Amino acid sequence: MPETAFLDARGEVLRDLPDFAREPETLRALYTAMVRARTFDAKAIALQRTGRLGTYASSLGQEAVSVGVAAAMAEEDVFLPSFREHGGQLWRGVTPEELFLYWGGDERGNDFAGPRQDFPVCVPVAAQFPHAAGVALAMQQTGEGVAVAIGGDGATSKGDFYEALNVVGAWDLPAVFVINNNQWAISMPRTEQTRARTLADKAVAAGLPGEQVDGNDVIAVREATARAIGRARGGEGGTLVECVSYRLGDHTTADDASRYRDDAEVSAHWKEEPLIRLRNHLVAEHGWGKAEEDALLRSCHDEIEAAAERYLATAPQPARAMFAHLYASLPEDVAAQAGEAGDG
Amino acid sequence: MAEHTMIDAIRMALSRALDEDETVILFGQDIGIDGGVFRATNGLMQRFGSGRVRDTPLSETVIAGMCVGAAAHGLRPVAEIQFMGFLYSAIDQLANHAARLRNRTRGRLSCPMVLRAPFGGGIKAPEHHSESMEAMLAHIPGLRVVVPGSPTRAYGLLLAAIRDPDPVVFLEPKRLYRAGGEPVEDTGAALPIEQAEVLQEGDDVTLISWGAMLTEAREAVETLADEGISAELVDLSSLKPIDRATLRASVEKTGRCVIVHEAPLTAGLGAEIAADLAEHCLISLLAPVRRVTGYDTVMPYLRLEASYLPSTDRVLRAVRDVMEFA
Ligand SMILES: Cc1ncc(C[n+]2csc(CCOP(=O)(O)OP(=O)(O)O)c2C)c(N)n1
Ligand SMILES: [Mg+2]
Repeated sequence: MPETAFLDARGEVLRDLPDFAREPETLRALYTAMVRARTFDAKAIALQRTGRLGTYASSLGQEAVSVGVAAAMAEEDVFLPSFREHGGQLWRGVTPEELFLYWGGDERGNDFAGPRQDFPVCVPVAAQFPHAAGVALAMQQTGEGVAVAIGGDGATSKGDFYEALNVVGAWDLPAVFVINNNQWAISMPRTEQTRARTLADKAVAAGLPGEQVDGNDVIAVREATARAIGRARGGEGGTLVECVSYRLGDHTTADDASRYRDDAEVSAHWKEEPLIRLRNHLVAEHGWGKAEEDALLRSCHDEIEAAAERYLATAPQPARAMFAHLYASLPEDVAAQAGEAGDG
Repeated sequence: MAEHTMIDAIRMALSRALDEDETVILFGQDIGIDGGVFRATNGLMQRFGSGRVRDTPLSETVIAGMCVGAAAHGLRPVAEIQFMGFLYSAIDQLANHAARLRNRTRGRLSCPMVLRAPFGGGIKAPEHHSESMEAMLAHIPGLRVVVPGSPTRAYGLLLAAIRDPDPVVFLEPKRLYRAGGEPVEDTGAALPIEQAEVLQEGDDVTLISWGAMLTEAREAVETLADEGISAELVDLSSLKPIDRATLRASVEKTGRCVIVHEAPLTAGLGAEIAADLAEHCLISLLAPVRRVTGYDTVMPYLRLEASYLPSTDRVLRAVRDVMEFA
């Protein structure tokens, strides 16, 4: 099963483009979102390296997966991301400042003003898939919305993933499971994670359609996800979409990938990264020039810098905040401890 | 002699075990070429081969469940769970299988396995990477739960755990991994797996703790000494079973007790220890047993982590309270 792509690594058109990909504004929006995600990543890493952010998982090289998936969603759909899908969260309306707060170790970063029904990132691998099945169950009852969960190639080895996929199939739930196959799970390459030919093949056992697309082609990701969401919305049940991309960075800032991965492999994959191909296409077909590119880089830079400033200026919560959202109303038994926490 | 950190000592014990017993096999995520996220297995795959030091696909259920099968069938699996926060799905395998296989089969099959997991806070790790949920494990009949408090203890207790005929969860206080070194001799000698260790003798009050909180407990003992209070410090080490004899003997001597743990208060191990002392040492007790623990809150993200972890000040306040009581 070959990966479906519309643009090749250089941005040449491989097949008839879907309608949305003929609209210059849409393509610019997708490109902007990927540049924004990359700018956010770079700033997050810089903050972490200077002790001003916690451990951070960069999405470098996988921006098309995250952005393409989120771009295919409607506002009322619910996004359940893993910890590496900043581009999608930003697209959905989570602010860079909120993301910085979360990665800086402040729970308020999860209380985002934008997509109020979206889940916070899921750190325990694959747990978001059963949640998505549950969200989809609730949606099935109201007849509105699709649950879209995204996880990594490693996540497909967990029971949580298989079990959730199974119930999505058994109950025809309106859920789309997306795999960001960045070909590594920390130090384990995709080829050692499973003998499955593709990760999309894992849908077969659940009786669901599974499809593999080029995860570096934002058009392909968006198109396949949109079709899957359309089926779910039309009552035809779930889909598994595997997006084949590549983790160009370390697993997180706590990782040193040079311990287990050849630089040559990384360099080779830089030639396939998702931004250049769309930029080339925009240049060739839609009059994107140096002026537009410079303006975009500047506005992303300014936005992210300003967000980082606001994050850095945000004082930590008081110690008592540990208790503030533990329950809808704090039991007296636990409330007694809040006083002690207050005075350190 | 060279100084060894706790992570060095753990690696040394693992290496020793692989060397001395060909049935020992290591499983885990990223324990091979990457040497484990904390480098506990650094170099072991290169030395013992990828057949004995195996990177598993990403599944804690598989890691724990395969340990059960492999252990019952002649291997001695020593598996790593990357962080305690990812151990919960393995609890099913531990509680329903590992801890019961011997009992269910009237001794016909057994489960000599070790599940290692780093636990506890204090290193500014991400969400789900800092909890101390040892009481959940200590509640499981048939399991052993061990926490080393120093490099030397880590070396000797890990060897004991690996050689033990029953399943052991070996919880490693990650704040101590690189917190300091001491010379650890690779003698192959195990330490008694069930014994608490009296780290410092004293007469006025007993401090009981384990893992990383021994740091604050030790600081408190030093400050108290300056104030003329003689505190005895006990490293519990074995959370299940509990070396009740050592704890009772200490409290019978001092008449006062403060228990310090990072885990939440309610249904924490401090409760079990306090109850045991109330049942058996009432006559000797001069003051109520006090607990200094983490709060009954979700472990906060890193910005509030320091407010969650019991401080030396909190330990000192509790000790002064019991000293003033009588
Ligand atoms: C249940 C669980 N086990 C282990 C971990 C530690 N861990 C964090 S990310 C990761 C690898 C995930 O790989 P993959 O699913 O491919 O996602 P990627 O990091 O590549 O985006 C591991 C083992 C975890 N977060 N959750
Ligand atoms: Mg991956």
